[in-house]
Amino acid sequence: MDWNVFHVGGITMNDQTERFTLSAEHLRRHYGRHKAVNDITLQLKKGEVLGLLGPNGAGKTTTLRMITGNLAPSAGSIKICGTDLLDNPRRAKAHLGYLPEMPPLYLDMTVDEYLQFVARLHHVEKQRISLMLENSKKRCGLSDRGKQLIGTLSKGLQQRVGIAQAIIHEPDIIILDEPTVGLDPNQMREIRGLIHDLRKSCSIILSTHLLSEVESVCDRVYIMHEGQIVLNKTLLDLKQGEVDLETVFSQLTQRAQKTH
Amino acid sequence: MIFTIARKELRMLFCSPLAWVLLTVVQILLTWVFLGRLDAFLQVQPQLMQIANPPGFTEIIVSPVFGLAAILLLMIIPLLTMRQLAEERKNHTLTLLISAPISVAEIVIGKFLGLMFFLLGVIVLTVVLSASLLVGGTLDFGLLISGAAGLFLMVCCFVALGLYVSSLTAQPVIAAVGVLGVLMGFWVIDLVASDYEEWMQVVSIFRHFEQFNNGLVDTFSIAYFILFTTLFLLLTIRHLDGERLHG
Repeated sequence: MDWNVFHVGGITMNDQTERFTLSAEHLRRHYGRHKAVNDITLQLKKGEVLGLLGPNGAGKTTTLRMITGNLAPSAGSIKICGTDLLDNPRRAKAHLGYLPEMPPLYLDMTVDEYLQFVARLHHVEKQRISLMLENSKKRCGLSDRGKQLIGTLSKGLQQRVGIAQAIIHEPDIIILDEPTVGLDPNQMREIRGLIHDLRKSCSIILSTHLLSEVESVCDRVYIMHEGQIVLNKTLLDLKQGEVDLETVFSQLTQRAQKTH
Repeated sequence: MIFTIARKELRMLFCSPLAWVLLTVVQILLTWVFLGRLDAFLQVQPQLMQIANPPGFTEIIVSPVFGLAAILLLMIIPLLTMRQLAEERKNHTLTLLISAPISVAEIVIGKFLGLMFFLLGVIVLTVVLSASLLVGGTLDFGLLISGAAGLFLMVCCFVALGLYVSSLTAQPVIAAVGVLGVLMGFWVIDLVASDYEEWMQVVSIFRHFEQFNNGLVDTFSIAYFILFTTLFLLLTIRHLDGERLHG
């Protein structure tokens, strides 16, 4: 898979891909005259959990939809594991696992059928499908739900099927758009535990508007407001500066509102 | 990858009662007409014997059955295609397909093939029904095959058109009504097309099908069916791609 990267870019490019599994530069997206995303640059290091924080309507979902190839950016470039998403979408998308805001579930299928379908969609070899199915079910606590119809599961379990769907093909980058919305505190904790577990093998982008979630699982936080990134810091830096995430968040997003 | 999608569509179809109900209803109606025509044939058989070169089983029984099958397919295909893209969009599952490492063309062609496999079943059942006449005599296999081929090509057009309309909306019912309206429009064109207005005959899907059903395999008709199908499949792909750019 990585041969071409080596060929084309030589050593420098390979260096960069090792540092950033995903790098989106100067992304813009307009809907008519409205600028949903206005010149943002987002870089994800290997093994990092990146929290994308922002009030509702800040452009988080638009950004994630662009990164996953669901929406074409008006301007900018996106590189995923060294492959340009716009030039070679199939190769780039193979590195991604994506859980959108609304989990994309076929309610008429059983959990097993659904996950098998997703695995095949992501070109998982036939022999490995059953192994990966068991793995992803175990990780998401769905081991005994395989034969159940997705439509009959509770909201929390459906959300877990959504996560299982994003990790079944063992992607390098997992993108979760508000994965804990609508879950009870216990389920939230379980999902945070799962994220902790996943970070050992891949990089994660987590979009949320819960500050506590970012504090408990993320290494780095980006705060978005009105289509722009207003803060890009590691949580370690924040802690060392003894700044409270909540204060920073309200300062940045409210100050910007006044100038608007 | 195309077959992964096609397989999923087939499985979803047979999971729901819709597919089974449609198959049953179509089969009952066809058998009814088939038996009616058989009865009529047996009544006029003595008179037919007196004509030199009389029409056989195939002309009198099989062709009308295929004609009815065409009308029935016109009505059931909107019900099948409406779910394809409109429902995926409504349930937010289109995102899953688009984020996966496959192209939009593969998604659309996969869905097209999945539906075609199902509808091929309807056509095969119609042919088997007609072939049951072999018990009492011989059939004109040339006519039977050309009728079945016509039916198949016509179904390709219906499905491609249905997929396109389904890609335009997130409401399955609107998609169904839209396709049904357009197909009915084609039917009306066929009804009012007089022999003098040539463009109407060229446009009418059913006129082309009737030629097949009368045993006339015309390359112009084949080209028409293939162009029609390709055009609407391309439009569907284009529309879904465009949504990524503008949506």
